Amino acid sequence: MEALLRAHGITRRYGPGCALCLDSTGADAGTNRCPTCGSVWACRDVSLELRAEEALGIVGESGSGKSTLVKLLHFDDPATSGYLELARLRQLEGIGGIYADGCDWSRDLFSMDRYRQRRVRDASMGIVYQHPHLGLRMGVSSGGNVAERLLSAGWRSIGAMRQRASHLLERTEIPLSRMDEPPRNFSGGMQQRVQIAKALSGDPPILLLDEVSTGLDLSVQARVLDMIRTLREELRLSMVVVSHDLGVIHLLCQRTMVMKNGQVVESGLTDQILQDPQHGYTQLLVASQLQ
Amino acid sequence: MTTAPTTQTSVQPTAVPASNSVAETSSRGSMLTIRNLSKTFRLHMLGGVELPAISEVSFEVLPGEFVGLSGPSGAGKSTVLKCIHRTYLATSGEILYRSAHRGTVDLVSVAEGEILEFRRTEIGFVSQFLRVIPRVGAQDLVAEPIRLRLGVDLETARLRAASLLDRLGIPRKLFSAYPATFSGGEQQRVNIARAVAWEPRLLLLDEPTASLDKRSVDAVVELFAQLRENGATMVGVFHDPELLERITDRVVRIGAEP
Repeated sequence: MEALLRAHGITRRYGPGCALCLDSTGADAGTNRCPTCGSVWACRDVSLELRAEEALGIVGESGSGKSTLVKLLHFDDPATSGYLELARLRQLEGIGGIYADGCDWSRDLFSMDRYRQRRVRDASMGIVYQHPHLGLRMGVSSGGNVAERLLSAGWRSIGAMRQRASHLLERTEIPLSRMDEPPRNFSGGMQQRVQIAKALSGDPPILLLDEVSTGLDLSVQARVLDMIRTLREELRLSMVVVSHDLGVIHLLCQRTMVMKNGQVVESGLTDQILQDPQHGYTQLLVASQLQ
Repeated sequence: MTTAPTTQTSVQPTAVPASNSVAETSSRGSMLTIRNLSKTFRLHMLGGVELPAISEVSFEVLPGEFVGLSGPSGAGKSTVLKCIHRTYLATSGEILYRSAHRGTVDLVSVAEGEILEFRRTEIGFVSQFLRVIPRVGAQDLVAEPIRLRLGVDLETARLRAASLLDRLGIPRKLFSAYPATFSGGEQQRVNIARAVAWEPRLLLLDEPTASLDKRSVDAVVELFAQLRENGATMVGVFHDPELLERITDRVVRIGAEP
């Protein structure tokens, strides 16, 4: 499969940084916060490649930087350094200045202006956050939530937007009778499904899932995961799946990266990471799993 | 990954040999050539203690052959299979595989993307236990790889899955039930059906019949025979030495001589 997205040396630092930072933070140091200057290195020198129709898992404990990484990929937060490129996609052809003539890869998207980043994001990515309030406007109708995303992607016809919204909500098993209700009336599982509908509204090739099933009842979790599996296949999605749950990663992802204190400590085929983990931290993680 | 993380302690070799140069060094005609394969586990939680699982294992498998691995419990028979499948990273040695479309490659060091492609199109693994998928019934579980890997439509895939489950003696009333609730033997037969349904050209069998009764074992053996008639090559570990002798062409002993 062809590579679709590649990122190199992604770093996100909160704070001024100092000469001692690099030696006193990271997986070996056991912290992501520099004791000298107080800077937090949420993500440090992370490189990855996502192939077409592939799911890449990112595991690690809270504070390991996995959610930060996804937010950086989604331009929710600016990277301190590193670059991000997308392969030549038909969805992005209309946005000027993304591709140099004859290049298979885009220019560095991190160094583009906010306007272009937003257009690239709307055309190529959808995201589902662990907390629905980050991805949804709780007081706006579910149909309106999806339409909002379509509006920012350039849709203008109300009838067409409503049709698209009802199609997506149907696909994510939200009864159409409840389309005009705001997500705050819904259960956690339903809110996640509205988020998925919204994330898929622009027909993006890439779906970013941040702890999508965390905190849901088991049966509700199974339903959400089953839906994601079906949609992935139907829509030929590529996914980045952030989870602390190795079961979710095993179910969805072919390859997995393990993060600790902002750094990638290990990456490989998912079954290899789970059955023959190389790094001490991964061994601990795997040994801590409920069977 | 394009770039190895700096802190990675992986023992995976970085060099990916060019297909052509490898082809010349592999024995002519063999499908798998395993040379001096060793695997040592390093347990960081126990202060970095090293546990050697296999040491300097070498053997060959010809196309269409069924090779059984024997040896005492703990000799590393499954380890050999898992190294071939890249579920385990070999510590040293090589596993030369003559692929259908990519020439001969070393499965120890070839890129992850290639391994995934082989697993999708050529190499199958039958483990001892079924990995159930939430909310997916037995027939659909078996139909999935047929549909995705052979590109046939849902109806055809479900029909083929049904006939395979029939052959393995799974009652029809269980077809749409979730295998999580099945007995150990039923789960194992669903597992075999799912793993062989898409007819991989190289099949790795890790004790696939461990909890089956005699009738089920016979059905599985018959299924394996048919896969071989269709050209599959197999390497397998079986708990029952008699069965091992009966269904394989040749037995390779792993571990110390008794």
